[in-house]
Amino acid sequence: MSSEIFAASTATVASHPINGVALAVLIIIFVGVAVLGFLAARWRVKPAERGLKSLDEWGLGGRGFGNWITWFLLGGDLYTAYTFIAVPAAMWSTGALTGFFAVPYTIVLYPIVFLLMARLWSVSHRHGFVTPADFVGGRYGSKSLTTVIAVTGIVATMPYIALQLDGIKAVLSVLGLGSESNPIMADLPLIIAFVVLAAYTYTAGLRAPASIAIVKDLLIYVVVIVAIVWLPSHLGGWGTIFDSARTKFAATNPATGKPIGSIIPGAASFNAYWTLALGSAMALFMYPHAITGVLATKSRNTIRRNVVVLPLYSVMLGLLALLGYVAIKAGTIPIGVDGKINPQLVVPELFLNNFPGWFAGIALAAIGVGALVPAAIMSIAASNLFTRNIYRDLFKPKATPQQEAKVSKIASLFVKFGALMFVLSMDQSAAINLQLLGGIWILQTFPAIVTGLYTRWLHRRALLIGWAVGIGYGTIAAYNVVNPSTKAHFGGSIAPIPFTNIPIYIAITAFVINAVVSVILTAAFRAMKIKDGEDITTASDYGADEDDPKVVR
Amino acid sequence: MSTTEVPTRGPARPGPYIMAGVLLAVGIVAPLLVPMYARVDPRLFGIPFFYWYQILSVFPEAGLLWIVYTIVIREDDRRREVVRSLRAAQTGDTTAEAQK
Repeated sequence: MSSEIFAASTATVASHPINGVALAVLIIIFVGVAVLGFLAARWRVKPAERGLKSLDEWGLGGRGFGNWITWFLLGGDLYTAYTFIAVPAAMWSTGALTGFFAVPYTIVLYPIVFLLMARLWSVSHRHGFVTPADFVGGRYGSKSLTTVIAVTGIVATMPYIALQLDGIKAVLSVLGLGSESNPIMADLPLIIAFVVLAAYTYTAGLRAPASIAIVKDLLIYVVVIVAIVWLPSHLGGWGTIFDSARTKFAATNPATGKPIGSIIPGAASFNAYWTLALGSAMALFMYPHAITGVLATKSRNTIRRNVVVLPLYSVMLGLLALLGYVAIKAGTIPIGVDGKINPQLVVPELFLNNFPGWFAGIALAAIGVGALVPAAIMSIAASNLFTRNIYRDLFKPKATPQQEAKVSKIASLFVKFGALMFVLSMDQSAAINLQLLGGIWILQTFPAIVTGLYTRWLHRRALLIGWAVGIGYGTIAAYNVVNPSTKAHFGGSIAPIPFTNIPIYIAITAFVINAVVSVILTAAFRAMKIKDGEDITTASDYGADEDDPKVVR
Repeated sequence: MSTTEVPTRGPARPGPYIMAGVLLAVGIVAPLLVPMYARVDPRLFGIPFFYWYQILSVFPEAGLLWIVYTIVIREDDRRREVVRSLRAAQTGDTTAEAQK
């Protein structure tokens, strides 16, 4: 790989000293993963399907993933590198409220998935739906509603991909790659990693992240277990770790006059804590990449069986979150290449400072590979949305499966290129703000998708207006949150419920407004007998399993 | 587009679905009751209750989901069997689709 030569040439400009052993281990693992990604093009592919000439093959991995692969794929899809970096970073900065809610979030998630996703799988299997917007289109017969769902999905996914790239960037910068003095050279390792990622995703489609996810998970589990056992025993045990966190958070924040944070949320933030968990859980499976993982499974009940074992990842996430406190005790100071404190670097920095070089290499590679897997799935999901619900639905209704696969492959390159440009040209906080907004926006597709799985009562126009009102409120409310120390807008995702002083997650307020508007307008439109769209699904579609015949249109 | 509705499953019995629904509701609400666990003591290996309780609550949650899974799958299999035995009995019979 040319990156090895390159690594030697940047040694002189980097602000961090290069850790040669760690870097070598990282490069070996990245090369191995890339080879695996390309080989996946032939993994479980029937000879007749070589070349992956349909969205079912390229974008959904042949719709045949069983229990094991699905477990790894969804694990890689939902517990992303951004989570591994951002959750401990939040814990390190301000404590439990903004970080640890990720644990109840990923617990509450699974009953919701159990309830909804088997029905979505069945109706999608019967009608060959590839995206959530395909389902909405079939259920409500409304082009505008379909387009709105598709565009929301794409827009919400893009900053999410950008944040995965930021994760890789964080890993590379603590390794000593990356410097302000030479931006093009500094970003070259990231660009190389991304070009390779784009190439194997183009070639192998969803099979690439599915196979890489297995490697990623093994790496992550080993790293987390070692980190959680070894680090505390060398730092004086958990008791002293929590004590040092408590001491840090007790200090007064000069901008607000209040303590920096807390290790146990106070009564005033209980509502924020549980609404963050619930709202994030409701939003997650509205994201196109999560639905892609579900529709790629073999049978109606694969996802339900997985729901029983997927919570194991939440144990790992909870332990990882605690590494934020471990870093406080260890005295880790995450300084970026620009010389400023960047909390996102806290976990990579902690690994590098406290592990021998070879193991730090494995740990950093685990985070990096943990970014490649979701980035691939997200770009595939966004491309599928573009292909099915914009290219086909709006411009080329008679597109063949071959044309769809071709368009989607090319779109995946554009999506990744766009995310890369985003990361290279914009400040990291822009990506975080947009990701925050993305979570609020994607939850506004919940009424259309979820109620559609159970009832056809809601009117397509009412859903459209409800969506618009929800997006509008959510965006304005998020804009009005001002960071007390920097005075910047989009300072967080918590705001008081209108006309009260109870602070909760903005997405939940926006969702409730959206749902109420949808219900009231549906009642009004039904009373006025305004024409509703055609529903191509039938009640029996929602219970179909893999042996039931597909509906031919 | 299908012209006639061919049922994939027989009629549902409410019992198993009510039971599964209640268990799922418990699985959603219980982790969100913050006042129940927002405290320091008792500690486990020095870790405050707030943290170890939430991490370990993954296991009862998984157990609960496993129970829901067995309840729902048993009923699902029964409903599918109803349709399949009906289809087998009525092979060649034109009144098959009248069954809802």
